[in-house]
Amino acid sequence: MAVPILKQSNYLIATIQAALTDQDFVQLRDALVEKVGRFRSRGVIVDVTALDVLDSFASRTLRDLAYMIRLRGAHTVIVGIQPDVAFAMVQLGITLADVSTALDLEEGLAFLDSVDSEQARA
Amino acid sequence: MTKLISRDSGLEQVRIPIHSDTDIVSARHAGRSLAEQVGFSSSELTLIATAISELARNIIEYAKFGEVTLEIVNNGSVNGVRITASDTGPGISNIEMAVRGGYSTSGGLGLGLAGVRHIMDNFDLQSAPGSGTCVTVTKWKL
Repeated sequence: MAVPILKQSNYLIATIQAALTDQDFVQLRDALVEKVGRFRSRGVIVDVTALDVLDSFASRTLRDLAYMIRLRGAHTVIVGIQPDVAFAMVQLGITLADVSTALDLEEGLAFLDSVDSEQARA
Repeated sequence: MTKLISRDSGLEQVRIPIHSDTDIVSARHAGRSLAEQVGFSSSELTLIATAISELARNIIEYAKFGEVTLEIVNNGSVNGVRITASDTGPGISNIEMAVRGGYSTSGGLGLGLAGVRHIMDNFDLQSAPGSGTCVTVTKWKL
């Protein structure tokens, strides 16, 4: 299932709507990495609210996605990790090391805005 | 997805052949709904679904294909869910290392089996080089 990617001003918003296969995750990663260049985006939000499982493959792919987009000059924030999913990740020892996360879409946008204005000042 | 329901024991069994990454999603959905019947909490359901995902992915990554069997089991006093992931792939030469945290030959997080063992109540791994792998885990509804 392809994940819709919305362009909103300087940001890209990918909202996962149902369980994804490994291949879907890889496609999402590649699509975002490509679109950041095409739309000259400053930030990316991946909304995982709908996911009931974030296993080691999904987490690793999200981490790769964030690192690759960082190398392309933009920031990524993962939003909407559900309490049960967070619990399972911690129990399994699955990490999203150095990847920004936020509670929901609203907080994610606020985070990207703050990163953007910090960079503008610098 | 092929479902074979056996009611010989009065308890349900679902077998899911694992041939591609879409079967991983099917297996964890089937596992979640089976575990719901046992009455697990929503966080336990997520743990069980995540464990199934890890075990089914190991089949795809290391053996290409295999099978996941999900069963409702009873030990005399409590019900539980048993997950059996079996394949006829290359097998594991060093089981000690495979279930220890941080070890992986596929470039993963290296926490698959160790993590699964940590979140389930019973963990059994049968494997030898060339003769496939069978991982059986059980979570009891306490």
